[in-house]
Amino acid sequence: MKLETSPARLRHRRMVEASARVLMIGSTALVIGSLLAIIGVIVWKSLPALNLDMITRTPKGGYYLGKEGGILNAIVGSLYLGVGATALALVVSLPIVLYLNLYTKRKSRIAGLTRFAFDVLWGIPSIVYGAFGFVLMMALGLRASLLAGIITVALLELPIMSRAIDEVMVLVPRELTEASSAVGATRLETALKVVLRQCMPGIMTAILIAFGRGIGDAASVLFTTGFTDRIPTSLLQPAATLPLAIFFQLGTPFPEVQQRAYASAAVLTLLILLISVASRLLIKRLTKHVIK
Amino acid sequence: MEERTHISIRDLNVYYGGLHVLKGISLDIPDRKITAIIGPSGCGKTTLLKSLNRLLDAVDGVRVDGKVLVDGEDIYGPKVEVTAIRKKMGLLSQKPQVLPMSIFDNVAYGPKLHGVRDKTRLDFIVRNHLVEAGLWDEVKDRLHHPASRLSVGQQQRLCLARGLAVGPEIILGDEPTSALDPQSSQHVERKLVDLKKDYTVVVVTHILRQARRIADYVVFLYLGELVEHGPAEEIFTNPKNPRTRAYMTGEIS
Repeated sequence: MKLETSPARLRHRRMVEASARVLMIGSTALVIGSLLAIIGVIVWKSLPALNLDMITRTPKGGYYLGKEGGILNAIVGSLYLGVGATALALVVSLPIVLYLNLYTKRKSRIAGLTRFAFDVLWGIPSIVYGAFGFVLMMALGLRASLLAGIITVALLELPIMSRAIDEVMVLVPRELTEASSAVGATRLETALKVVLRQCMPGIMTAILIAFGRGIGDAASVLFTTGFTDRIPTSLLQPAATLPLAIFFQLGTPFPEVQQRAYASAAVLTLLILLISVASRLLIKRLTKHVIK
Repeated sequence: MEERTHISIRDLNVYYGGLHVLKGISLDIPDRKITAIIGPSGCGKTTLLKSLNRLLDAVDGVRVDGKVLVDGEDIYGPKVEVTAIRKKMGLLSQKPQVLPMSIFDNVAYGPKLHGVRDKTRLDFIVRNHLVEAGLWDEVKDRLHHPASRLSVGQQQRLCLARGLAVGPEIILGDEPTSALDPQSSQHVERKLVDLKKDYTVVVVTHILRQARRIADYVVFLYLGELVEHGPAEEIFTNPKNPRTRAYMTGEIS
């Protein structure tokens, strides 16, 4: 018996195909649209307040009432905090992930438990990290400071970074580590000289994701980093951050200051954008030797 | 003519979890000859090969008992330094696996690990072994390009050079030509034949014709058991065991 598709059935299938396509394109457009809309709104709202003073000066007296000054304190503070926390998180993440992938068995209990812990930690809201960081800070005898903020934000970034690096490291073929062992490399030598190189693009992406999350977070730094009009000169001084600068300025009743909040948001967004583009360029150079 | 034995395997058993994959293997592998391990898929050929340089250690849930003596020293003994054992043996895997670095660094990788720092000496080592592996002329002008851009056949010869660069005595090949085109295969085969002057070569192969072409000594494994072993001529022309005969004629595969 020959199998024939009826014209009605064919029409129906074509229609399903077409509507699915519309849905997919629509969703994609929505994402790109939101990005453009966010940037558009921020830039448009911040135009009246955007000027060179904004990014080259610290707040002067009465800045939050609409008088002169800028948010250089928050820009520098956020960069210090983001770079510091990301570096700290990386220093802790790499040993964990190398341990999970090269020193434990694929299905070991400790590896499973660690990955589960990261998934849970990933889901914990950042205000909880803030509260935990605050307790930790008190226990360590610290005051609200750049250091306390860096530790707290590093904790926030840790699960994100570890999980992201882990995702790429499990993909390293066993034959590659065997090839290294076969010439007499120790596990650590294989880890550092072969596995890390092979995972370099993934590690860069993980750093970027974690950095973006860290620099943009307000809740975790609220109690731990504090806020100040000055640029910190030591790890033990409090520091201003862009998310909090946005929060405080947006909370004032003055339209002028609210515009500056949008300008701060524009600066933060631009900063993240710049770092994304720069790291993409860097990834291109680092992937030269990666085995496909 | 009495041959010197290079590797002696004594009552070797390997288990993967509950699975008994190698069953009481005892075997002497002759020095400076090509020994081919043949047998159908899943019979334990690769496991036997990997037990020789303790790469099995890295496999989850594996248990090995018995002895493997290399130059009279039990490599599963308690005081053995695994890296030193592996340094004695170069490995060619089924799919050539270059390291994520330049051609030069792939060959220099082993020597650097083992402490060669001097630049002139490294240059010398790299050049020498690329020549030995028959790759020098093809890569001498692009030593600092990524190794991953070489063709698969070239990559396998690079892996050979990498293995040779740590000064091994033994070359292990796990179906080293199975991923290669016919011409590259021939190239690698010829290299192995050249190399037996100075090295003991052990090759796993599922290609009978290849074993016929290059092997001096043949080991036939079937379902984890050592069925028959002996000089290649004897095994190929006059196998004693009916299962070996059945495999040679293609009745079991």
